[in-house]
Amino acid sequence: MINLSKLTKYFGKLRVLENVDLEVQHGESVAVIGPSGCGKSTLLRLLIRLEDPTAGRIYVDRQDISRLSDEGLIRLRSNIGMVFQSSALFDSMNVYDNVAFALHQRGKRNEDQIRRIVREKLRLVELEGTEDLMPDELSGGMKRRVSIARTLAFDPKIILYDEPTTGLDPITSVTIEDLMIKLSRELKVTSIVVTHVMQTVYRTTKRILMLHDGRFIETGTPEQTKSSKDPIVKKFITGGL
Amino acid sequence: MPYREVAETVGNRMIDILEELGRITGLAGAALRDIIRGKINAKLTLDQMVKIGVDSLPLALITAAFIGMVFAVQIASEFVRFGAGKFVGGVMSIAMARELGPAVTGIVVAARVAASITAEIGTMKVSEQVDALESLGASPIRYLVIPRLIATTLMLPLLTVLTIITGFFGGYLVAVTVSKINGVQYMETAQSLASLWDVYGGLIKTAVFGVIIAIISCYKGLTTRGGAKGVGESTTSSVVITLISLFIVNYFLSIIFFK
Repeated sequence: MINLSKLTKYFGKLRVLENVDLEVQHGESVAVIGPSGCGKSTLLRLLIRLEDPTAGRIYVDRQDISRLSDEGLIRLRSNIGMVFQSSALFDSMNVYDNVAFALHQRGKRNEDQIRRIVREKLRLVELEGTEDLMPDELSGGMKRRVSIARTLAFDPKIILYDEPTTGLDPITSVTIEDLMIKLSRELKVTSIVVTHVMQTVYRTTKRILMLHDGRFIETGTPEQTKSSKDPIVKKFITGGL
Repeated sequence: MPYREVAETVGNRMIDILEELGRITGLAGAALRDIIRGKINAKLTLDQMVKIGVDSLPLALITAAFIGMVFAVQIASEFVRFGAGKFVGGVMSIAMARELGPAVTGIVVAARVAASITAEIGTMKVSEQVDALESLGASPIRYLVIPRLIATTLMLPLLTVLTIITGFFGGYLVAVTVSKINGVQYMETAQSLASLWDVYGGLIKTAVFGVIIAIISCYKGLTTRGGAKGVGESTTSSVVITLISLFIVNYFLSIIFFK
């Protein structure tokens, strides 16, 4: 379970998040929506501690992760995976080495086991046989799927998706969304999806939170969000914001 | 009032520089701490040693050969005019070991490697690859900084040995063929005037240059922001700051070692 308590983040004098509270249950799929620059990605980066909070607390499975040692951070990150907006594949490594990266880092398995896991995760994202390809030989959608396979390689309990379908064509977006739904259903991972693509939100999540001006101004099911009376939410989901 | 504004601007700039210096020192300290703890990736370090050392060799040797030849041309004619032609070899050996060899190696590697390190890490930073590294349980300091730091610190002295030899024999070639200086005397005065400390001092200087090149270029890469433009700016600033730092440190180390 993830629990944010009065989470606040400033970059210099710029306020990004102010007293944000949030609770996400095991296996839940939650979307955080909001206009560009509203702090959605920062929220994910705080959850995996790529950023330090200015104030407030972040609890993952009742453990306060706001202040962690190097070893504590490594333990945290073995339970949380992040799919980056730009895919962030290591461009000096082929697909196999990208997917195997976290397993090599942890060093607990031999190469045969790693090879089997990489093959299994690539099959899950329907990219068998691409092990030897370099990232610049992949399409945008394939990169995103390799990025998901890389995250899945170490079986995280929580996956953070940062704009998983932004910049992709409609057919590829549907493929990625189907994959996210499959992962939630079959692997029971907890997902937090940050996006402004409403189709992805409606298809892949059960609860929506609207972030505006550093705070959550609306929370509800997709149906409740669609019928929201809040003018900012209405404007955002109809494409006016 | 303008004086106050000027003082404030200069003061703020000085604070910025000191803060940046503090962060660079912090990065060096964190890397050193991990090295002492033995957190060294041997494969990545060897890769960097090849990339930084072996690949810089042709440029370093060509530069050193011509620097040695030009220096010999300049001093040989003057020395011969004053009847001191036999001392050209001695002066060449001291100059190459103490200053020209280390300086040539430092400048060549700084220009070539600092730009490459900053551009590579900077591109990784703006394309979220550095964040991905961290999220997958790898420390950017252990994965990116330490291999480059060890590689530059070890490879620069090795390169310097070769640039000293190349520059010295480049000078010999010109001194003997163009300035008609006796080759045996060139070698004899080199042996009698230069000491082993001249070589050791020069090599220690280049090991320090290696630390400076790696730390500044990695720091600039890791703090890159703003896409392709940001990578370009970081790379330029990395080379400029590294070269200025080398010149300043070289001056003080030369005073300490050879005065």
